[in-house]
Amino acid sequence: MLYALCFLLFMIGLYCAVVKKNLVKIVIGLAIMEYAVNLFLIMLGYRAGGTAPIVGRGDLQAGAERLTAHFLNRAVDPLPQALVLTAIVISLGSLALLISMCIRLYDKYGTFDITEIRRLRG
Amino acid sequence: MAIFYILLLFMVIAAIIAVETKDLLSSVICVGAIGFGGALMFLLLYAPDIAITQIVVEVLALIILIRATISRDHTFITGDREFFGMAVSVAILLVVFLAGVRVFESLPSFGTPIFTQVADAPAQTYIEKGLTDTGAANLVAGVILDYRGYDTLGEATVLFTSILGATVILRTRSRRTVAC
Amino acid sequence: MKGMTIIVKTISGWVKVLIFLFGIHIILFGHLTPGGGFAGGVILASSYVLLMLAFGRDFVAENLPLPLASRLDCLGAFLFAFVAILGLVFGAAFFANFLYQKYLPGQALHLVSGGTIPLANMAIGLKVGASLFLVIFALSAFRKDGRPEDETAAERGMGLGSPGAQPPSAVIERNTPEGGGATSGDADATAVRRPQALGQE
Repeated sequence: MLYALCFLLFMIGLYCAVVKKNLVKIVIGLAIMEYAVNLFLIMLGYRAGGTAPIVGRGDLQAGAERLTAHFLNRAVDPLPQALVLTAIVISLGSLALLISMCIRLYDKYGTFDITEIRRLRG
Repeated sequence: MAIFYILLLFMVIAAIIAVETKDLLSSVICVGAIGFGGALMFLLLYAPDIAITQIVVEVLALIILIRATISRDHTFITGDREFFGMAVSVAILLVVFLAGVRVFESLPSFGTPIFTQVADAPAQTYIEKGLTDTGAANLVAGVILDYRGYDTLGEATVLFTSILGATVILRTRSRRTVAC
Repeated sequence: MKGMTIIVKTISGWVKVLIFLFGIHIILFGHLTPGGGFAGGVILASSYVLLMLAFGRDFVAENLPLPLASRLDCLGAFLFAFVAILGLVFGAAFFANFLYQKYLPGQALHLVSGGTIPLANMAIGLKVGASLFLVIFALSAFRKDGRPEDETAAERGMGLGSPGAQPPSAVIERNTPEGGGATSGDADATAVRRPQALGQE
């Protein structure tokens, strides 16, 4: 059920990117899609009653460098977190690129409306 | 578990408002609300690394979006596309949504991660041997900089290129006009 | 963009130092506590964005000049690749954690541990911070009516800012063709509305 809500968020972003006429609205739809995908990946690795995958002082066995079984049975998945970490920063870079293109289009055509940009002859 | 439902519902409602409102400033603020709800969800899903990154990235994304929209004169949008195109798009999206929801039944239920079901998943190795192989107490940092360092190298390249592209696009003076 | 009132300027002068220090802490302890290079770099960039919003662009252009920021960006990317190549020279393979495996194992849960992981974190933090500062600085060059603001001497060297003697690119007529080709961007301002100001300018 939670996965379905996350997928619904993704579909709302996709609807906005496909149907809307304003350029900035399309960019907002892409941003919503990115939030939904990151959230879905982290939800895949969740363990009920778990702990964050960071080793603290209490998670090491006394004297040795081995992890306690308590930590091993409760840690959540660190792999999706590693992938999503880079994905979030990349989404910021691509958002900056998209917005700079929107600004350039506005300076050239005077509008954010994509139907009018399509009909004008440069 | 109820808090997850509440936060996801909050994010969905904010997304609907962001998509449908006619004022660009309101929709940008709703995108900020979605990002904030996402950061809270990450914190409750035991991912503090991601929560820190998401909240600061969302603040900068808001600044970028507001800078693009508020400084322009057009802040009101005039209607959608023609009705037939929109109806076909909505119908296709509805079919995709209903078909996609069926896929989630084949995933393990929320709360049991996949690596506990598969025998030799790499995530199990990362948790057990992460501290002794890499020496980092933060297992996520050990994964992105030691086990999966190539992904981080690719990410640094992508960020570098996209920022370079954005800076070049915003350039207004060409270098050819300087001579003679 | 112009700055804000004197209250905002005073407080952000104090707070900016704390934000910068917090960003350095998140980068440096990235292998022990949650955080890492990416989050810390974005926090560093946002401390300069706070300065830009409170004091105006010209103050920040003198504080951290644009060519220096772009050189820091390239230096961060180069350092990251350099650490990876050192892994090839001293260790087993490209990007191997040679410091942890051979020379400096350190102690678990202490600051000196993890080998090349803190070094790579610092390179990534530097790179991400400088990149995001550059892009937000470049985005703030355009004013309300689409005309770029007056540029500083540093931006002239990099090509960002006002186009100088060149007119902006030609604006296309929208509904009815007006007499003569419109060559200046101010002619477009007749058909559009000004938005409500956000408290600045």
